[in-house]
Amino acid sequence: MKKNLLQAPEGTVMLSTVDKFINWSRRSSLWYLLFATACCGIELMQTGASRYDLDRFGAVFRATPRQSDLMIVAGTITHKMAERVKRLYDQMPEPKYVIAMGSCANTGGPFYKDSYCVVKGVDLIIPVDVYVPGCPPRPEALIDGIIQLQKIIDSKKNFGEKA
Amino acid sequence: MEIERLPESDELLINMGPQHPSTHGVLRILLRTDGELVTGAKPDIGYLHRSLEKIAERVTYAQFMPFTDRLDYLAAANCNCAYAWAVEKLAGIEVPERAEYIRVIVCELNRIASHLIAFGAFTADMGAFTPFLYGIRERERINDLFEMICGNRLTYNYARIGGVSHDLPDGFLDELKDFLDYFEPKIDEYNQLISYNKIFVHRLANVAVVSKEDAIAYGLVGPNLRGSGVKWDLRKDEPYSVYDRFEFDVPVGFGEKGTVGDAFDRYMVRIREMKESVKILRQAIEQIPDGPVMAKVPRVFKPGPGEVYFRAENPRGELGFYIVSKGGTSPYRLKIRTGSFTALTIFDKVARGHLIADIIALIGSFDIVLPEIDR
Amino acid sequence: MTAREIYEVLREKFGEEVVTEFQEENVDPPAVVVATEKVAEVLTFLRDDPRTLFDSLMCLSGVDYEDRMEVVYHLHSMTHLHKVTVKVRTDRENPKVPTVEKVYPVASFHEREAYDLLGIVFEGHSDLRRILLPEDWPGHPLRKDYVYPDSYHGIKV
Repeated sequence: MKKNLLQAPEGTVMLSTVDKFINWSRRSSLWYLLFATACCGIELMQTGASRYDLDRFGAVFRATPRQSDLMIVAGTITHKMAERVKRLYDQMPEPKYVIAMGSCANTGGPFYKDSYCVVKGVDLIIPVDVYVPGCPPRPEALIDGIIQLQKIIDSKKNFGEKA
Repeated sequence: MEIERLPESDELLINMGPQHPSTHGVLRILLRTDGELVTGAKPDIGYLHRSLEKIAERVTYAQFMPFTDRLDYLAAANCNCAYAWAVEKLAGIEVPERAEYIRVIVCELNRIASHLIAFGAFTADMGAFTPFLYGIRERERINDLFEMICGNRLTYNYARIGGVSHDLPDGFLDELKDFLDYFEPKIDEYNQLISYNKIFVHRLANVAVVSKEDAIAYGLVGPNLRGSGVKWDLRKDEPYSVYDRFEFDVPVGFGEKGTVGDAFDRYMVRIREMKESVKILRQAIEQIPDGPVMAKVPRVFKPGPGEVYFRAENPRGELGFYIVSKGGTSPYRLKIRTGSFTALTIFDKVARGHLIADIIALIGSFDIVLPEIDR
Repeated sequence: MTAREIYEVLREKFGEEVVTEFQEENVDPPAVVVATEKVAEVLTFLRDDPRTLFDSLMCLSGVDYEDRMEVVYHLHSMTHLHKVTVKVRTDRENPKVPTVEKVYPVASFHEREAYDLLGIVFEGHSDLRRILLPEDWPGHPLRKDYVYPDSYHGIKV
């Protein structure tokens, strides 16, 4: 943020492009949906709690999709659940982002070969922005995933032809 | 059948879940309500059915071990060991003593970690978020200890058929001692912080009462059964492994703030069990012998034909494995009986006549974990 | 009581036609095979008789043996601390077993699971629906000849 801004001598006026300002506000308040299906959910909980403190990145959990910007798909998605995941995603307001956390959400993970009812990757149902590998990923990996997502948001153009 | 108004009455069918912050995962409950009053509650499960029982028939005995981690991720070490004990009983393998002690250590450590989540998530459901952070703070230290042993924080894959994958690292037992010294006073801190908080007690006492007879008939196990005043703990009453060498008490619910078998009793049983686990761990550190940690098990492991039902005491109660072998490299049939699954059988009966807010207390006090239900 | 004594008690009470077989070797806990249509009566007797008092049903599993289906009941008595396995056999093509949910309420969900995954119909069950899989899932996956479907609702399996 700092290097992109010109600061007036009095310190009261800041200049930036509207794009950068919008992206900055979006990436600094990634409210995620409290949605966990399996093992990764526990790591997600622990990432949000005392030691790793996800709040530092402006990411706090919300209980309803209507207030969330980010869906962290933490855990296995089964065929019975697939429709619900889609619906939750549809209920989130734009702009919305998805992090697929853990092997199950990425590809089906350990259940890829022998399971008959696990969806082989959540990207078959909803678009995914960042994939975080691991079974389950460590909190550091998830935090890295969020930082990657912030970079993606930073590079977005909101106005003009490409928007 | 999503939300539906029944024409001739004020009854309303409400969907709770599968995405709900207090259902501890992807549990869906169909509530039939009359105003605030719940007149019926049907659990709808299977949103996390990952077909572990079919997978078991398609992989070898040893390959199934990592899947048991994911059977109950809050108590992965307990599931690992329970599966190993079941297969060892089927094949008649003698496990070295040191390995059994190591298993007891990881099981009890994992029991504390699991109860910490139960405590934290339950209190958070009841509206107190701070205890959750306290619980996770201690749990992170247990995760560090597990990381020392096997390099993972949640899914350990540490037990093997015939022992454990490798010996404890140097200095582990000292670290464990340090942790126990640190942790034991924390349990009293939890009690001061929340357990006897007036609002908390009011939300739990006399709510979701399960009688002794119902608890047995509906197959409640573990802390849920003990919360109803039944003194039954497989570690004590059907000792497996080396559990008969430790001295510990079995806490039971006694209607401390209300009726025997209410949500508060179940909650307190878990808090007290953590103390007992600390006791067991201290004795295990004293008693642990030197020696090998792995029995001689052939590379291509084929137990003879036969069948066995083995059960072990998990943080969520009895975890049973029914294994049918036809002499092949993989089980012919493996059925997993879990505590959370049977706990849902009684759900409808207990929920009736409660307010919607009490349903949250009911779910939390049963301490269910979804992959164990859906498998 | 040992499992053999329980077997003898059952045999005395119900006769040879109902209590057909005793399996001891490599079966833990030892198993008594009973006639399918009598299973509810046998379990009621085992639960109520003061000598046996099997108050808890530990587990109920269905097994597909390719030539037959079996339903296995693992019983345990918290009073006498003894265990026994009760088995019933049924036809594989048209598997039907009387429900025991009246005897042991815990059986209700176990039976629904066996119906869901193996297709065993429990006659008299109050709410026999699929429990783990969606209502419109094709087939019963734990059967040995189950073929995985290609796709479900347009998503590849």
